[in-house]
Amino acid sequence: MIAEAVAWFGDAANWSGPGGVPARVLEHVGYVALALAIALVLAVPVGLLVGHTGRGAVLLVGAGNIVRALPTLGVVTLFFLLLAESTPAAVVGLVVLAVPPVMAGTYAGVQSVDAHVVDAASGVGMRGMQRLWQVEVPIALPMVLGGVRNAVLQLVATAAVAAYVGLGGLGRYLMDGLAILDYAEVVAGALLTAALAVVLDLLLAGLQRIMVPRGVRLAELTTSKGPA
Amino acid sequence: MTIEFRGVTKRYGGGVAAVDELSLTVPDGSMTVFVGPSGCGKTTSLRMVNRMVEPTDGDVLLDGRNVRDIDPAELRRGIGYVIQHAGLFPHRTVLGNIATVPMLSGWSRRSARRRAGELLDTVGLPAELGSRYPAQLSGGQQQRVGVARALAADPPVLLMDEPFSAVDPVVREGLQDELLDLQRRLGKTIVFVTHDIDEAVRLGDRVAVLRVGGRLAQYGTPADVLRHPVDDFVAEFVGKDRGYRGLSFLSADALEVGEVSTVEIGSVPGESGEWRLAIDDERRPRGWLAPASTVDGPLVEADLVAGGSLYRRGTSLRGALDAALSSPASLGVVVDDDGAAIGVVTARHVLDVIERHSTNVTATSRTANVTATSRTARA
Repeated sequence: MIAEAVAWFGDAANWSGPGGVPARVLEHVGYVALALAIALVLAVPVGLLVGHTGRGAVLLVGAGNIVRALPTLGVVTLFFLLLAESTPAAVVGLVVLAVPPVMAGTYAGVQSVDAHVVDAASGVGMRGMQRLWQVEVPIALPMVLGGVRNAVLQLVATAAVAAYVGLGGLGRYLMDGLAILDYAEVVAGALLTAALAVVLDLLLAGLQRIMVPRGVRLAELTTSKGPA
Repeated sequence: MTIEFRGVTKRYGGGVAAVDELSLTVPDGSMTVFVGPSGCGKTTSLRMVNRMVEPTDGDVLLDGRNVRDIDPAELRRGIGYVIQHAGLFPHRTVLGNIATVPMLSGWSRRSARRRAGELLDTVGLPAELGSRYPAQLSGGQQQRVGVARALAADPPVLLMDEPFSAVDPVVREGLQDELLDLQRRLGKTIVFVTHDIDEAVRLGDRVAVLRVGGRLAQYGTPADVLRHPVDDFVAEFVGKDRGYRGLSFLSADALEVGEVSTVEIGSVPGESGEWRLAIDDERRPRGWLAPASTVDGPLVEADLVAGGSLYRRGTSLRGALDAALSSPASLGVVVDDDGAAIGVVTARHVLDVIERHSTNVTATSRTANVTATSRTARA
């Protein structure tokens, strides 16, 4: 099986054309990026609002749990039946998957900002939006980005469902391989998906290092080193 | 700027009052300390000045202007605010933190940071700390940055909510001294909240003692509150040592400084049957040479018994008594402003002066005693 998978990767035919690895990887990343972008637009403002005002937290957490319980494949199928369109169906399914971790990370990040710091921000005369953008968001960034990383991992793993409704991406190898009982192709598809997840997560980790303010990182170090 | 509380009440959820009918005036340029046990509404009272809490009833006036009529953000930018854990912004450097209010008030980035640099110096921090982050500072340094941030826009009023209670006692004392010094130089109107009566009497021009339920028990000078507590609650709260603490407010002008035999470090002391004060070449006390101690050759510090606290001439009787009590020779060393020894006092001398002081106030304190006794009888 391993040898067959290696042979599959060694076959030049699998690396070119619309069914080749580069094209499939790009398609896969495309679905992930589109779903993530939509999820960010929907989830970040809600997470910020709830974290900033402290209102609606129960609702947010409850809704998040319900959405998490939805089977992605079921959602995709439902939307495919409703819309008879492959791309929206797949993307909606992925967005539904990505929204809860992003929203939870954003909300938890803002909400976890030290109460004294929030008090000081208001006390020195910041208005609500100034407090949010100048204080709460920078300090919340590590957790917001943590939520994004979670979402990306899940998106990469699940974007294979696009193939289920006739689209491309790395899911193609899984679907097609299973259909013709070509297990080497299935294994190759699984390995590529896992590798893509690792690579994207490393990229995001790098982004996190660049984006999180130095002082916030230092503060995290001191708290984790400090006496419990 | 004068701060006036006029019948200020705060109730949460319509229940018990956190602050009940508080009326008092903090005169321009003075420091008033709100002190009391937890639940006495001292912090709530403070926070009603900058509208971090809105009163249920009554008014807070700044130079006669009702704070209710001022936009909260604008109001707060004009009032320095210092809190217990400093509440520094972790993602901003020290300079960035201090420059916060000037930036909010629309100063240019450059002038805000220049001002922040000046303030580092004002609160006694070295300039190179400006580029550090709060996580890289000690608790005491963070508190200083908190004070600097509050002073940045040069507000006439400063609100300080237990600013020093999270730092260790030695650092706290240093910070208190610096605050007093700052106050002398800048002349701000300060409201300071603490649960520590020592801190209150040390810092306040006036002390407001609050009791649980947010009622003002007594408002007066520290000496007044220590010497004439209005009732059992205040007497209890200011504590058992209040007699001793009250000495801080008695002048030691009448205290006579006695002579003491001295011996200089490096000289050959010879024999003596009494305690001798060892001094250096600038007459600064280094310790005591015990009676009948034998020293071979010139005197070195290792031959000495460590001295007690030093009493600086011109300060209060409390320091004089402490110097006498803490000295191994029972002789409190008196020093001048340069730290040079000028003589000694005994506890006996200090007590004589205290007794002469108290004959002047016996009449009033007797009345106070009578009230206290009758209350105890009822209880």
